[in-house]
Amino acid sequence: MTRPHVTPATPEADTTGGPATPGDGTTPALTPPAELRRRLADRLGGAARAWLDQALDEAATHPGTHGPISVWELRLAEAGRRCGPAHADAARVLILHAAHADADALTRVYFQGTADERRAVLHALPHLVPDGPGALPLVEDALRTNDTRLVAAALGPYAARHLDAHAWRHAVLKCLFTGVGLDHVADLARRARGDGELARMLGDYAAERTAAGRAVPEDLHRVLALTESAPATPPHGTDDPHGKES
Amino acid sequence: MRIFDPHIHMTSRTTDDYEAMYAAGVRAVVEPSFWLGQPRTSPASFLDYFDALLGWEPFRAAQYGIAHHCTLALNPKEANDPRCTPVLDALPRYLVKDNVVAVGEIGYDSMTPAEDTALAAQLQLAADHGLPALVHTPHRDKLAGLRRTLDVVRESALPTDRVLVDHLNETTVKEAKDSGAWLGFSVYPDTKMDEERMVSILRAYGPEQVLVNSAADWGRSDPLKTRKVADLMLAEGFTEDDVDRVLWRNPVAFYGLSGRLNLDVDATDATHEGNSILRGAPRDEPQPAGAPATEA
Repeated sequence: MTRPHVTPATPEADTTGGPATPGDGTTPALTPPAELRRRLADRLGGAARAWLDQALDEAATHPGTHGPISVWELRLAEAGRRCGPAHADAARVLILHAAHADADALTRVYFQGTADERRAVLHALPHLVPDGPGALPLVEDALRTNDTRLVAAALGPYAARHLDAHAWRHAVLKCLFTGVGLDHVADLARRARGDGELARMLGDYAAERTAAGRAVPEDLHRVLALTESAPATPPHGTDDPHGKES
Repeated sequence: MRIFDPHIHMTSRTTDDYEAMYAAGVRAVVEPSFWLGQPRTSPASFLDYFDALLGWEPFRAAQYGIAHHCTLALNPKEANDPRCTPVLDALPRYLVKDNVVAVGEIGYDSMTPAEDTALAAQLQLAADHGLPALVHTPHRDKLAGLRRTLDVVRESALPTDRVLVDHLNETTVKEAKDSGAWLGFSVYPDTKMDEERMVSILRAYGPEQVLVNSAADWGRSDPLKTRKVADLMLAEGFTEDDVDRVLWRNPVAFYGLSGRLNLDVDATDATHEGNSILRGAPRDEPQPAGAPATEA
C-alpha cells in the first residue's frame, strides 16, 4: 500500500509546521501579543471569543500559583477544545502572556503539558523571557524529541538567540533528518553565515545520503549556501552569548 | 468503510499495525491507559505513560491518518499496589487535557477492597470532570464482577448512561444492557469474544449502544478484529448502516459525551507529514522532503 500521509519531495514542500496554521501567516512566536489577540479575535466564533476574553481576564487578574492548579493553567489545558485546534497555539500563547508566566511557571507548564501545550510554551518564550537563558532546558528537551511539531516550535527566535553553536548546528541537521522545513528556523541566515563547522556537517550528511543512493534535501543546499556568506560582525552583547566555539 | 476502534493499546503496537489499520478503514482510536505487563513501582511511571498518551502516541497515529484520543486512570490491577495508588492524586491535572475523552480503564480485577476504593474514587473524578467512564469487567468471576461494578456505578455521581462496560460476553450482556450502560465487546484471537459470537450477540441484542473493539495490546491480539467483525456482519446480512453504527457512530456518540472528541485528523496531519517515524521512505515511493533517517 502507499503511505497515506507522505508528501512527495518538492522544493516547496514544507513538511512540518506548528499546528494547523490559521492561514494568514500569523506565527505565534513572531507576532506581538496585541496583534496576535486582534487577529485571533477576528477569526474566533462568538462563544470561543467570549471564552478567550474571560480566560485572558482571569489570567491577568490571578496570575501566579493558586491551589493544586491555577485557573489560568486550567484554561491553558482546555484551549484546544474551546478555540479549535487551528487557534489553540495562539490562544495558549496569549493566556501565558496574560498570566505573565516567568521561567519557573513556563517550565512547570511545559513539563506538565501535553505536546500541544509544550508547543505553545515554546512559542511564548520570545514574548515572555526573551533575555534570559533560563528556559533553554525546555528548548533542549523539545529538540531531543522526535515530534517534529516540537522540534519546529523549539527553533524560534528564543533558540536563535540563546542556543549555543553546537546545539544549534545539531538542531539544523535534525530538521534535515526529520523533514522539518528550515523556514521554521528563526534567524537562519544570520546564524549560518560563515559557519564552517556547519558547512562541514552538511557536506558530510549530503555525502552520506548520496552514498546510500538517496536524494539530498533541497533545504541542505540552501543552508549550505548561507554558510558560504562572509561571517557577520562578531557576536555582541546577549545576541549570541553561548555561540563561542573555541 | 470507516472504523473507530474504541479500545486499543497502540503504545504496544508497531507502525506496520497503524499502516494495516488505516488500509482496513480505521480512522480513529481511543487508547485506554492500562498496565504494562511489567508492574509499575511508582506514580512517576504512570506520569511518563500518561504524557506519552497525550504527546508521542497521537503524533505517531497522525502520521498514518488516524485520530488518537485516550482515557486515563489507575488500572484495576495496580490499584492493589500501594506504591502506585498515589497516582490518583495526580489524575485531576491530567483529566483536564484536551485529548482525554474518558476516565478508564477502571473496574475490577480481583474484586478487592482496594479496587472498590479506586473504582469509586475514579467514577467521582469522571463526574467532576464532565467525562464518561470506560469500565473494564474482570476476566475471572465475570458475572459477579459485572454486578458489583454496576452496583458501584449506581451509587456513584456518574449516570449509568455515561458508562461503557467493556469485555462483555454472552453471560454478561443482558444485565449490562438492562442497566442502561454502553456495551463494549473485545474481539480477540483466542479469548474474550470472536467474530462469529459477536455477530450472534448483535443479532440477539441489536446494535444500540454496542461498541466493538480489538483491545489489541502486547499480548496475542489483532488490531484488525474490528474490520473482521464488520466484514462478517455484512456477510451475515447486516446493512452498511448497521456496520457504520456499531463501528463508527456508537463510539463517536459515547466518547463525544466528553465534548473533547476531535476526529478531524486532516486538521493536524499536514503538520506531521515530514515525520521522524518513517525512517527513510522506500526508494520506489515518493520520498518526504528531507526523507528522514533513523532518529531513534
